[in-house]
Amino acid sequence: MMAGIEPVMLWTDALVLALLVVVAAFAWWSRHEEHLRAPWRRVAASRSGMVAATVLAFFAAVGLLDSMHYRVGTAPAAGQGGATPARSAGGEVLSVLDALATPLRMRTERTFSAPFATHAHARETLTLEDGSQVRDFPRLRHGGAHLADPQRDRGPDIARGAARGIAAAALVWTLVTGLLSFVAARRQGVTVGQVSRAIWSGRHPVPLRAVLVTIGIVLFVLGPLLVLSTQYHVLGTDKVGQDVFYLTLKSIRTGLVIGTVTTLVMLPFALSLGIMAGYFGGRIDDLIQYLYTTLSSIPGVLLIAAAVLMMQVTMDSQAEVFDSVARRADFRLLFLCVILGITSWTGLCRLLRGETLKLREMEYVQAARGLGVGHATIMLRHILPNVLHLVIITTVLGFSGLVLAEAVLSYVGVGVDPAMNSFGTMINAARLEMAREPVVWWSLASAFVFMFVLVLAANLFADAVRDALDPRLRARLTAPSRQGSRA
Amino acid sequence: MLRYLWRRLLHAIPILVGVNLLTFSLFFVVNTPDDMARMQLGVKRVTPEAIEQWKQSRGYDRPLLINPEAAGTARFTDTIFFQHSVRLFAFDFGRAESDGRDIAHEIATRMWPSFAIALPVFVVGLMAYVSFALMLVFFRGTAIDTGGVVFCVAAMSVSGMFYIIGGQYLASKLWHLAPISGFGDGVGAWRFMVLPIVVSLVSSLGEDGRLFRTFFLEEMDKDYVRTARAKGLGEARVLFGHVLRNAMIPILTGAVVVIPRLFLGSLVLESFFGIPGLGSYTIEAINAQDFAVVRTMVFLGSVLYIAGLILTDLSYTLVDPRVRLR
Repeated sequence: MMAGIEPVMLWTDALVLALLVVVAAFAWWSRHEEHLRAPWRRVAASRSGMVAATVLAFFAAVGLLDSMHYRVGTAPAAGQGGATPARSAGGEVLSVLDALATPLRMRTERTFSAPFATHAHARETLTLEDGSQVRDFPRLRHGGAHLADPQRDRGPDIARGAARGIAAAALVWTLVTGLLSFVAARRQGVTVGQVSRAIWSGRHPVPLRAVLVTIGIVLFVLGPLLVLSTQYHVLGTDKVGQDVFYLTLKSIRTGLVIGTVTTLVMLPFALSLGIMAGYFGGRIDDLIQYLYTTLSSIPGVLLIAAAVLMMQVTMDSQAEVFDSVARRADFRLLFLCVILGITSWTGLCRLLRGETLKLREMEYVQAARGLGVGHATIMLRHILPNVLHLVIITTVLGFSGLVLAEAVLSYVGVGVDPAMNSFGTMINAARLEMAREPVVWWSLASAFVFMFVLVLAANLFADAVRDALDPRLRARLTAPSRQGSRA
Repeated sequence: MLRYLWRRLLHAIPILVGVNLLTFSLFFVVNTPDDMARMQLGVKRVTPEAIEQWKQSRGYDRPLLINPEAAGTARFTDTIFFQHSVRLFAFDFGRAESDGRDIAHEIATRMWPSFAIALPVFVVGLMAYVSFALMLVFFRGTAIDTGGVVFCVAAMSVSGMFYIIGGQYLASKLWHLAPISGFGDGVGAWRFMVLPIVVSLVSSLGEDGRLFRTFFLEEMDKDYVRTARAKGLGEARVLFGHVLRNAMIPILTGAVVVIPRLFLGSLVLESFFGIPGLGSYTIEAINAQDFAVVRTMVFLGSVLYIAGLILTDLSYTLVDPRVRLR
């Protein structure tokens, strides 16, 4: 018997995959469409946008690694080869990130410990070798356990580890820089030297210098953290002794899934209903307007709370469907995305309705109608492409709000499953620790810092996308009155 | 004007009916009262008698829509739909499921602490954010404006809970300026109110400041501004006399609509600071899985939202003489 590995596709994994396919298909489709590429080229030319995109790419990489799940179960008996077991009993569902972070995941302490600590955060009664008892800080089981004399060795050891991490980061960064310059040179048909000079003097059309500097900063922070995390708890441990760095990494996927899958849920509603309301007008318009006014009149948090409470009742009455904690938590995450999507499509729908009302009267739509083109075709071919910029701007702008909303909802008690790692559950678990003496700040701090970086990057990227895609803004930026208006 | 008001009120009815039907189907059709009883009593060791008793004590033992056993109008009134959903229209909210208290009475007492926090936040916030945005617009194109926008984007990327926890830590634990949480009666209450008010003012400075700045900038490109400049008006006169007044229209759209909802309070803020308002009432209900209270708050929330929409329209006539309501 040996441990078999069986890939598991959770619901949200499938949706993340679907989202990737949609984005990739859109990119492939717009490859030769100049009018679709031009705005993205403007995004690529924006320095803050590209820096933000680089940071987001790091988050996305962690999230994707955490979205590839498998189950370690006992393999079926030899001879049955090929036949997959109906349900490998008891196997834990893990992700690739879990596998990569095995040392972080497995080396739990008993309770709180500060970042880089070698001793626990609180005194305990220890029994010495001679049988006497003292109250002191016990050594941690894993954090700095390899040190003979923590007082003397810890500083130099951390410095050595950091140096190794920086060296590795420098190596990776040099490779990335070389690769990027090489690719850029090939695309422009010039030598690598010329491209490098263009990049570092800031003359390259894409602000690659800023991108490379960002990659460098992230790598130089991440490298030492990763190297040291094998022997220390770099961000401390929480109440039950789990490594906070690991928890934070796991929270990233939850935030990303909420921000993206919700959009995926919302888009079909907003697109079809918004365009239909604006295009047909009359009764259909009245009905759709009634629908979204009703939905948006309910305070979002309350509607979500009501729906999540009801979902809990359903899940409790059908407990047998959810065979594992991971599935249960995943279903709840999916449900949260669906209900967030249902509460958030109304804004975009209203926007699309208004825009379609205007487009409907345009000459090319009138001409298409005069030529006998069907309603569905007009909406798909003539209206949809002309409102896409609104869709993209709204969804990108909405992402950061959703990441922040997750934390609030989890705090209120209607967010993700308590068993699922998320920024909200981290904050919720740690907020009472601020009252401790001495203060346990690291759980909160890492949740807030990681969330801040993610949301800030998302906000900056959204601004760049909006500036590039909004024709109204573009007209204003190029209008001559703008320059003259500064008195 | 009165006719307009009357028509708007009539328009509100189908929306409230829709909200009512939605909550009804969410709370009674998706899950039967039996499921709810099982959840409240604990899934394990629950007897049919206990479920019956739970349902009976809360009036959930009636049929959903039509009662075939009753006679006359009671066929329709002696049902869950009528007793628990239609009655909301008369603001008859019934009793809480968890502790059996009268919901209407709880709401009437708990809305005032919420309002006491939310009103100063609303008034001071509006003035502060408008002044902040005006300052950025006054210095537009300079480093002050750029710095202000960067500050706004950074401030709106911070989780609202960080402001609360940080504020509690700094002001209460380190500097001992204000009590960490709680609420008092009468005059003594202000000591408890200062910190939550300041925290919520700070937490939306980034987002609202930036939003108002875009409103002002949008007005700056209009023709009347150029005319005003051509007449030789100074920057301050242009900003305060012309741009501010015109930009008040989009600002009011967003601001007036929330006034009625000020009574609902903020869930997170009230729960962190232990304010006995409607926000913490809702959170307690969610944690106790008290469906009756949550249902009531959903209905109340949409009533207040519709009231806000009507107020918004009325306020237009005050700020924009072009708007006539008929």
